[in-house]
Amino acid sequence: MNRRTLIFFGALLAYYAIAGVFFGAAYISLLSVQALAFALIALGLNIQWGFGGLFNFGIMGSLMVGGFAATTISFPVNPEFWASDGPALLGQVAIAAAIGAVLVIAAGQAHRIGITGRWKTTLQVIAWFAAYVIYRSRIDPAVAYIEATDAGWIGGLGLHPILGWIFGGVLAAGVAYIIGKVSLGLRTDYLAIATIGISEIIRALIKNMDWLTRGTLTVSPLDWPVPRPQDLQAMGLAIADSFVVGRVAFFGVLLVVLALVLYLVQRAYGGPWGRMMRAIRDNHIAAAAMGKDVKSRQLEIFIFGSVLMGIGGAALVTLNQIFDPGSYQPINHTFLIWVMLIVGGAGNNWGAVFGALFIYLTWMLSDAAAQFLFNGLSDWMVTMGWPGIPDVQSRSSQMRVLILGVVITLALRYTPRGLIPETYQARD
Amino acid sequence: MTPLVELDNVVAGYGGAPILNGINIEIHASDIGVIIGPNGAGKSTALKSIFGLLQVTGGAIRFDGEDITNRLPDALVPLGLSFVPQERNVFTSMTVHENLEMGGFIRDDDLSGTLSEIYDMFPDLKAKRHQNAGELSGGQRQMVAMGRALMSRPKLLLLDEPSAGLSPRYMMEIFEQVVRINKTGVGILMVEQNARQALGFASKGFVLASGQNRFTGTGQELLDDPEVAKSFLGG
Amino acid sequence: MNELIFFFNNVVVSGLVLGSIYALGAIGVTLVFGILRFAHFAHGDMMTMGGFVAFLLASLFAAWGLTLPVPLGFAVLPLTFVITAALALGIDKGFYAPLRARGAKPVTLLIASIGVTLIIQGMIRLFFGTGTYNFFEGAPKELYRIEVPLEEATRTINFSQPQVLLLLVTVVTVVALHLFLTRARLGKAMRAMADNADLAQVSGINTALVVRVTWIIAGGLAALAGTMLALDVTLKPDLAFNILLPIFAAAIVGGLGQAYGAIAGGFLIGFAETAAIFNWSILLRPFRDALPEFIEIPNNLALVPTEYKLTVAFIILVITLLARPTGIFKGAST
Repeated sequence: MNRRTLIFFGALLAYYAIAGVFFGAAYISLLSVQALAFALIALGLNIQWGFGGLFNFGIMGSLMVGGFAATTISFPVNPEFWASDGPALLGQVAIAAAIGAVLVIAAGQAHRIGITGRWKTTLQVIAWFAAYVIYRSRIDPAVAYIEATDAGWIGGLGLHPILGWIFGGVLAAGVAYIIGKVSLGLRTDYLAIATIGISEIIRALIKNMDWLTRGTLTVSPLDWPVPRPQDLQAMGLAIADSFVVGRVAFFGVLLVVLALVLYLVQRAYGGPWGRMMRAIRDNHIAAAAMGKDVKSRQLEIFIFGSVLMGIGGAALVTLNQIFDPGSYQPINHTFLIWVMLIVGGAGNNWGAVFGALFIYLTWMLSDAAAQFLFNGLSDWMVTMGWPGIPDVQSRSSQMRVLILGVVITLALRYTPRGLIPETYQARD
Repeated sequence: MTPLVELDNVVAGYGGAPILNGINIEIHASDIGVIIGPNGAGKSTALKSIFGLLQVTGGAIRFDGEDITNRLPDALVPLGLSFVPQERNVFTSMTVHENLEMGGFIRDDDLSGTLSEIYDMFPDLKAKRHQNAGELSGGQRQMVAMGRALMSRPKLLLLDEPSAGLSPRYMMEIFEQVVRINKTGVGILMVEQNARQALGFASKGFVLASGQNRFTGTGQELLDDPEVAKSFLGG
Repeated sequence: MNELIFFFNNVVVSGLVLGSIYALGAIGVTLVFGILRFAHFAHGDMMTMGGFVAFLLASLFAAWGLTLPVPLGFAVLPLTFVITAALALGIDKGFYAPLRARGAKPVTLLIASIGVTLIIQGMIRLFFGTGTYNFFEGAPKELYRIEVPLEEATRTINFSQPQVLLLLVTVVTVVALHLFLTRARLGKAMRAMADNADLAQVSGINTALVVRVTWIIAGGLAALAGTMLALDVTLKPDLAFNILLPIFAAAIVGGLGQAYGAIAGGFLIGFAETAAIFNWSILLRPFRDALPEFIEIPNNLALVPTEYKLTVAFIILVITLLARPTGIFKGAST
């Protein structure tokens, strides 16, 4: 950490303090915890883009996967489901899926019995299709059954939320592995569109698989790793205090996670691994010529970044106590993170953290500021005898999208390397 | 008489340390100038500096007495300069005919006269006029590239290693065309690896080494110079 | 027979409509990529912007009491084309040109297009809110029914008026674009620059002019696609963001930088989507009685449930990237 970094973080602290004076301890404590989760997510993107030069437009997908994991792990068990035929039907689905997998894998090995080229491709297509049909023949009735019974969905596992976060990371890693296998090594634009596609598909799945996620019906309330405000109230704490105390405790947990991650990433990036990653990013052809296995290293880094996003996404859902698949938007959950990283400084971990904390508060405050501005304007128009602005509320809340766009444009133009730039080497 | 193009103590490079450290070249409309020298001597760089493809940081380049230092290509083509790069010098996805038309982009008048002149000059191309340039052989591509450059009716033609990678047959054909083009009043400045053959018909030769002029003379003078022969023409 | 007509309406007609929209969008994406070498992610929002420009104009004319035999949204297309093209030029000048002048890499422009996306989205939402708008307030869309001259056919082949107009616009656009790219000097210069930008510059082609023309075409076509899409369905701020993936898939499948490829890719994806969500058991129903007892036709034989339509474009995209990354028409590879 150099002086510039310290000054920026000092200013950031003041920014939060001033916001706290205006908006009260309960609200600012909520924003702070959320901002910490976003810092974790931005670190994940920094690893992928800042260190690895890998474009990821599918952050939203990782966040949703993380949120789903947190929900499934920590939500109480649904006894009605386990008492029904649901588990048995799902068992059949698993068997069908396994049979399908065997078919696909077998077709992939067809060359061993002398089937090659076009014939093998044909066989593989048939195998994929057959596997799909077998799977659909089992999953469709199972889904129909589960959604028709009183159980409605499979429920959670009733385990500790932290396990949910870990599982969120694991699940995000699995998804990242598949994306990486398919699209790493392709040119940047293809990676961008492939990741945007995957994240949209994940959104469609999670939104529509009511039996698994309860879809747009949403799941709540979720448990916290620390006592929740409602738990504290039950213990006799005043309502106003309970929010602050609960959130501060949550903040502590997340801060520990973030500090640990930051420490590990900083160490790794300062060492030989980081040097290798920079070499690959800045000139992957030369790195490949020097005998580095570029593609596996990139896959590694893509997965690693996605794990952090999964954990961050899980933490956000836990904090909000509700998993609402309908609330995920590319603007709020993908582009916002990009703005954080670009403004903060891609390639610098402190920059990523700073960008996340700074942009998140600005993003949330610009909402309030726009409300204030628009209400004032509307009232003034009314007093002037003109009609006021219709739907002031919903319109002004869109103001922050505009502000975000202006911020990233200005950043690209005037501080292309971010406020806390990478210290190793300049890229465009 | 003002020279057609004049490089006056030119210093140029790609942003880092300069590659040309003050070179002088002078070509008249009647000249065929050939630049030779070892790899890394700055031969191609000299051509590119004339054509505004890199930053000139010192000295001056004049064309017909007018200072053209650091002007961009689209301002130079209308003045009468044309450049044939060494590589990627045709539009591969476009037909031969379209390639030639692109060379005449800056002209507002009728192109058909110049087109038929070029087809007369390279009869091979006429037969393939509706074929994509990407499907042609290396020699034919070089003809397309030269034809494209001539479409703007230049006063000065800059050629970057026109014979690179060509069979001896095509090399001779290209060289013959270069001489013929020059006879129509177009000044030529070219970089060549096949130094002996090129100096054979050059009216001016420039030997560059480490970004500086080492020898200058007529083609024959350089061929006869024992030192040039020893160091730069392979004995 | 009725089943076949149902199939025709749901797969062929819908596929044509969807394919036209995708093609018009993908042409813009592919041209911008060919000339400027970056994936312009704000293209979907340019389409939305075009739709709102048309809506504003149509409302304006409607307020003046103008009525025409065609929807006003269609009548204002030329003006919409011009205005959106001008906006696209402005966007380039304000956002992308300064970065290019600095020598920024294409990927920086890609990130800059996020900023453009957010700004356009923000502006639209600020002025129009998040609700949906209908070009046909009150009056229903006209429907053309084509009788099939067969006895068993009681159903008709249906096209709505906006759909017919859309097909018309697409055909005219594709022919005009073809003539422009193969006959006009600037059109050829565009192809030349997409092919080899350095050589285009060396040839004296005014590359700045080509860039401007590219934005005019991309912006104009985005306006056409956005307006026609809004006429066919409804107009909302996230109208085009949802079809960004199929549009890019179409451009990539067709080979980035290849205008004809984008058209082919657009229709390929359009037909694939409608065919994938079509319930094929309807076509099998007439044979119900001919089949032995133990074979029962399931009620739903759609390949993909409607809510996962997006996966179709994606899977085609992934297969293309794996099997032939340069696209069917061999796009830019570097």
